Amino acid sequence: MTNIVVLVKQVPDTYSERKLSESDHTLDRESADAVIDEINERSVEEALKIKEAGEGEVTVLCVGPDRATDAIRKALSMGADKAIHVSDESLHGSDMLATAKVLAAAIGKVEGVDLVIAGNEASDGRGGAVPAMLAELLGLPQLTHVRQLTVEGGSVKADRETEEGITHLEANLPAIVSVTEKINEPRYPSFKGIMAAKKKPVETLTVADLGVDSGEVGLGNAWSTVLEASPKPPRTAGERVEDDGDGGTKVAEYLVAQKLI
Amino acid sequence: MDPRDFLGIDASLSAEERDIRDAVREYARAELQPHVADWYETATLPARELAKGFGRLGVLGMHLEGYGCAGTSAVAYGIACRELEAVDSGLRSFVSVQGSLAMYAIHTWGSEEQRERWLPRMAAGEALGCFGLTEPDAGSDPASMRTRARRDGSDWVLDGTKMWITNGTVADVAVVWAQTDEGVRGFVVPTDTPGFAANEVKRKLSLRASLTAELVLDGVRLPADAVFPEVRGLRGPLSCLNEARFGILFGTVGAARACYEAALEYVLSREQFGHPLAAYQLTQRKLADLVVEVNRAGLLALHLGRLKDEGSLHHSQVSFGKLANVRAALDVARTARSLLGANGISLEYPVMRHMANLETVLTYEGTEEMHALSLGQAVTGIPAFRVG
Repeated sequence: MTNIVVLVKQVPDTYSERKLSESDHTLDRESADAVIDEINERSVEEALKIKEAGEGEVTVLCVGPDRATDAIRKALSMGADKAIHVSDESLHGSDMLATAKVLAAAIGKVEGVDLVIAGNEASDGRGGAVPAMLAELLGLPQLTHVRQLTVEGGSVKADRETEEGITHLEANLPAIVSVTEKINEPRYPSFKGIMAAKKKPVETLTVADLGVDSGEVGLGNAWSTVLEASPKPPRTAGERVEDDGDGGTKVAEYLVAQKLI
Repeated sequence: MDPRDFLGIDASLSAEERDIRDAVREYARAELQPHVADWYETATLPARELAKGFGRLGVLGMHLEGYGCAGTSAVAYGIACRELEAVDSGLRSFVSVQGSLAMYAIHTWGSEEQRERWLPRMAAGEALGCFGLTEPDAGSDPASMRTRARRDGSDWVLDGTKMWITNGTVADVAVVWAQTDEGVRGFVVPTDTPGFAANEVKRKLSLRASLTAELVLDGVRLPADAVFPEVRGLRGPLSCLNEARFGILFGTVGAARACYEAALEYVLSREQFGHPLAAYQLTQRKLADLVVEVNRAGLLALHLGRLKDEGSLHHSQVSFGKLANVRAALDVARTARSLLGANGISLEYPVMRHMANLETVLTYEGTEEMHALSLGQAVTGIPAFRVG
């Protein structure tokens, strides 16, 4: 029986225009469609595969505003068993450290956790540090950037892939894993799954329920502040090369100069 | 204001209905949209593969209870049809025939043995069904059908021809309606029964991403338990058609929306005389007409869907919806086609494909004329289906 917690984040759809709010430079949640982060669909899929290969229970954990229930419901539709939703106005603008503390406290509410599965990086903030912070706070081994995962008895084996290469890791359970896009292809939620999701238990907790001091979370208590944000300038027009019969050579010279070949 | 949902119709969907919408959209975007123009052009459809995908998603017989079906609301079923037909009417037809015709017939009129034998496999997409009512010489007037089932001992023997049968060439089971001494009765016919043949209808200029067949029944011998036990007369097949029409009145909203969206995107980017086409008053007149028709059709579909979920939807209201929404979608498709100019006739854009499909949709599951007569009868009390 593997008891798995999957971390799920609701993010603005990458298909829509994403921006920061003008007042406090936090994410403007109203301006874009909100969806479950795609990497979290893969996290859920991996948890479901482990559960289906043996026995287990999958709990979805999400920190986010009320409408994050949509993201939770999608994870439950895919087949997760239950969910914890931490929703609290005081969390608005929390940085990764505060988020990790809240997540750690919420994971503490689940009895006998064997494995925590997260995405390696959310597609909005792109911090990529929450899994490591969680491992530190919970005193658990971390296996990050995982492209392949196996649970065997009391241990977990993982292939960790970075730009430098692949590292083969092993750790005792409980452990924290973060996965990359290569981990799997997530399933579509089935209509039966969608119908079943509304009957699955979702526990909604506040910061106070978790015993976290509200003086440690939120925009005012973040360790760093966004002072200004502006969109990337549009690409400038490229360099134009006339082909006088030596176009190929000129292209090659350009690529060599850019150290591309 | 969302130009894709001008009246905010989807805000009144339940969370579950929205989840089903999103699941179909996501599936369609990844699995159907990239291939549909090729299927249309080559007049092919990977039916088995599609059935398995639809089965895993749960769309086949989704609004039926039990036997492996999801048991959703009628509105949820309508929304799924809308999102599928936004890709192609042929794909919605595929789902309509399996769920609303073949499965609904077995679910509603079949014996417990027939249900248990066929429905779970059909819901999973492992078995395909088709529905044989129309004949070469019996379309709007199904009572004139010539297909006949006669008793031979305890067996039944079927002879006749059925025409325009979607999925007939790939079906594992055909629900066939035939004249008997007790009136029209329905039969569950495994397609590997000797004497059963399905010939593909070729050279179609509409609904090309859909397989259409002629079924030939030549002394097809069936055991006594192959017949639907209770139902007699046209009530049986017409109840199934009513279900399929419900899918159509939602589905065509999707086809219309797809044409409108393609036209909107096109006129915003295409420039003539130094300005985008969208800046011209003649274009805006057309866009206004399109957005009105698409949203009016969407509202009508949702209203009828809610009536169906309440259990108060009358079949003449379904006729209203089918008549109004197919006509609206066809108008939208034709106007959108004109907005795309020459590109409008290309398969690179979805508009003319939808337009050609909708010519079929206008005719099948009750022609536009029959639905007009049904409405005429409903408001006057005078049936005008027959001359004399």
